[in-house]
Amino acid sequence: MTANLIHVLLLLVMPPLLAGVINKTKAWFGGRVGPPLLQSYYDLIKLARKSMVLSTTTTWVFRAGPVVTLAAVLMAGLLMPLGAFDAPIRFSGDPIFFAYLLGLARFFTTTAALDTGSAFEGMGAAREVTFASLSEPAVFFALLVLARLSGSLTLTGMLHGPMGGFSAATAAPLILVAIGLFVVLLAENCRIPVDDPNTHLELTMIHEVMVLDHSGPLLGVILYGAALKLFIFGALLLHVLAPFQTGVAWADWLVFCAEMLAVAVAIGVVESIMARLLMRRVPYLLTGALLFCGFGFLLLVR
Amino acid sequence: MSLELIIIAIVVAAASGWPGLCLGRASVWSERIAAAMMSAAAVVGLAGVVAGICSDARESSGFPWPAAGNSAIGVDALSAFFLVPVFVIGALGAIYGLGYWPQRLHPGSGRKLRLFWGTLVAAMAVLVVARHAMAFLLGWEMMALSAFFLVGTEDEREECRRAAWLYLVATHVGTLALFALFAAWRHATGSYALQPVASDALGLAQMNTLFLLALVAFGLKAGVMPLHFWLPGAHANAPTHVSAILSGVVLKMGVYGLLRFLSLFPDPPAAWGGMILTLGMISCLLGVAFAIGQHDLKRLLAYHSVENIGIILIGLGLAMLGRSAERPEWIVLGLAGCLLHVWNHGLFKSLLFLAAGSVVHATHTREIDHLGGLSEAMPWTATMFLVGAVAICGLPPLNGFVSELLVYLGLLGTLATHGGSGSAAAVAAPVLAMAGALALACFVKVYGAVFLGSARTEACERAREAPATMKGPMLFLALCCALIGTVPVVVGPLLDRVVATWMSSGYRAHPELSSLVPLRAVTALSLSFVALVVVIALMLERRGRAPSRSVTWDCGYAAPTSRMQYSASSFAQMIVRMFRGIVRPRIHDPAIEGVFPLRGEMHSHIDDAVLDRLLLPAGRAVREWFGMLRGFQQGLAQHYVLYILITVLVMLSMQIPIARVVTRMFER
Repeated sequence: MTANLIHVLLLLVMPPLLAGVINKTKAWFGGRVGPPLLQSYYDLIKLARKSMVLSTTTTWVFRAGPVVTLAAVLMAGLLMPLGAFDAPIRFSGDPIFFAYLLGLARFFTTTAALDTGSAFEGMGAAREVTFASLSEPAVFFALLVLARLSGSLTLTGMLHGPMGGFSAATAAPLILVAIGLFVVLLAENCRIPVDDPNTHLELTMIHEVMVLDHSGPLLGVILYGAALKLFIFGALLLHVLAPFQTGVAWADWLVFCAEMLAVAVAIGVVESIMARLLMRRVPYLLTGALLFCGFGFLLLVR
Repeated sequence: MSLELIIIAIVVAAASGWPGLCLGRASVWSERIAAAMMSAAAVVGLAGVVAGICSDARESSGFPWPAAGNSAIGVDALSAFFLVPVFVIGALGAIYGLGYWPQRLHPGSGRKLRLFWGTLVAAMAVLVVARHAMAFLLGWEMMALSAFFLVGTEDEREECRRAAWLYLVATHVGTLALFALFAAWRHATGSYALQPVASDALGLAQMNTLFLLALVAFGLKAGVMPLHFWLPGAHANAPTHVSAILSGVVLKMGVYGLLRFLSLFPDPPAAWGGMILTLGMISCLLGVAFAIGQHDLKRLLAYHSVENIGIILIGLGLAMLGRSAERPEWIVLGLAGCLLHVWNHGLFKSLLFLAAGSVVHATHTREIDHLGGLSEAMPWTATMFLVGAVAICGLPPLNGFVSELLVYLGLLGTLATHGGSGSAAAVAAPVLAMAGALALACFVKVYGAVFLGSARTEACERAREAPATMKGPMLFLALCCALIGTVPVVVGPLLDRVVATWMSSGYRAHPELSSLVPLRAVTALSLSFVALVVVIALMLERRGRAPSRSVTWDCGYAAPTSRMQYSASSFAQMIVRMFRGIVRPRIHDPAIEGVFPLRGEMHSHIDDAVLDRLLLPAGRAVREWFGMLRGFQQGLAQHYVLYILITVLVMLSMQIPIARVVTRMFER
């Protein structure tokens, strides 16, 4: 019960901090001071108080988009186990529910973008759905590997592995899957090298351009939802990368938070030392991720 | 009891078009009588279906058939399950037709359409209850011919006539395979009755022949990927409610035939399941890849039927693998997913076609890039299409998700085995995921281009919302989608019963669906998701101050026009390019020269892989070869007499014992 409460609390409160850590890391690499760690929280509070400007072409879909997206991502967060603890909701087949909730979020984000009738937003939406059609099978290959290794069909069971953790013999497929999942994390959350969250040219954006016309509280909902999604993918990746446990509840929570911040730092490092790819090269990167996960699966088939 | 009710429903449905023929062309009563009779038939038929499922007894009755001994019809859970979409869509389509194809606007074709609509529904019901090859063929052929006349309703258009002819040819190739199948069946089992055969009655070669014939015959009807070539044209050119029943129900008759036949065989070889699964994966992925490049709203929806048939086949293939490997849990999950997707696809595809029909009705165009901004003028239709789009993408909390979840769980379940066909079957899961993501891309494109943004042509600006007779059926279908999606526990027991009927030959004890799939958890989660959306929306509504309105942000450009929107073709471009090796788009780019380039045009077109790249060139080549023979046929009587003379001489010369003459020559 306590674990569930802490899970919900962390899920609701921690995500915007990751953005702060990423920006601090990038600022450190660039030799700047950077915005305060809690800047994302300030932004959200500010946006919640503002009023909205809506485009004259938009309909209710435009306003429903962020709402459904946030609800879907929140629900997905309740299915994802954090660190050493079980997810609050778990049932056989919940990985599929998880993946399709994120699909629902994508559907409504992109339709809301098309509702504005702007070419920029159409471009962003097209890119989002195209790249997702490559990252989705990669995620499912990863799920196959994890299901095979753990013998379980719940996210909690799959990610925690069989009793006594994953054996050393399964390291090779897990490493391949971890690489694939990291690329998917970067793509799904629109980070460099797939998308640059700080770019200022509408033609080259993916996620930012889809939400150009959202303002005020709706924009706040979108930013919060994006942070949540990053948090959830980070948690997913951590299970494969660093399944450390101490056995003491409070220590496990601390370990989890520290690891999550480390993931944020890693993303910040990637963003600082890499340039973004040409837009037409992105499918190759994602196909690479798909192949990593696919070969991970092949290693297990005998 | 149930069989009598269903027979009454079949007779009423078949007769629904006849009163109209007796009334004059101008009479509005013919269409009302037809719709009323179809609705009555549906109510009676569904009562029969409910009685059939509840009573649990397998009713059947025989009747004499002079040529082939006694024929038989009967109802079991499998038949009852397939009768539901037949009657539901049959009645809803007839009501929709009142607004979409009214007699006063279509005096020439209205009565014909309603006549064949009735016979189509009746034929499908006959086909589903048939327990004898002859009755089955009767239903099959009546269905094929009715559908041919329905596709050709607008026979003044050339495109429509071509599509109808192509359909007729394709369906009769299927019928031919069916004739062969039944002849072989009679040869193997000694009777035309469709009864399960004993496990050692058939040799492997016999079984394989029967299976391949069934796969061709029923695969052609169902539109499995290499055999789908007739489907997009027929479904695009028929009146839209006809497209709805063709896509939603008639295709499923192929699936029904396959299911019924496979249930008759004991111990199927594992290769059958593997083959069905592979065909399913191909249909699934390529169906959606071809769909995404289409510019015609109805063609696009038709290609999505190929994709969904693929999902259905993946479920069926898994169930067949389960039978070969003696794994009841694979059978239950695979078959339940297959069956539920049959219903679900019937519901959401009909819904999408009816909504598309409402768009065509209002704007008189099927070109996606000529539409836009329709949700302003047609909010009802737009919402209904959105429901259908979310459902067909398999997203929670609507019905498509539930059936895909069953299939996924079955596929993931195969991982638990070591060795054998299990792990290979699991590869279908990522394929299904990719098809799902592409379907999402496709429906975001369609919904965005047709209903969102601003109107691209004048026709869209003048569009008006559909009349109530068209809205009602759409609402009913949308509510069904939402019901199965949010409360999937309601279909659990029904699916269990049908699965038990299908498996009855081999397995007495099999796990219940509820023990394999947490339908309760999905129900609870779907409902709480809906609640969560409402809560967040209310919070925003209470917090937010009144919004102000302005134009869309276009980098400060103050006068955006509708032509500056992203078009559907551009939206799909990246994905089409990803699949260019398979879909082979023909793109004609404008040449841009000079500082002030002239007005340019850009076209892109996607041919069907099988029809345009294989069958038509092959047909042309065959025509050319036979063209060489044309020189012999000049129409001169003297020539023909000459041919007769030559033929007779040749035949006479056969009588000469050449070998003996030759040997005698050398002896000398």
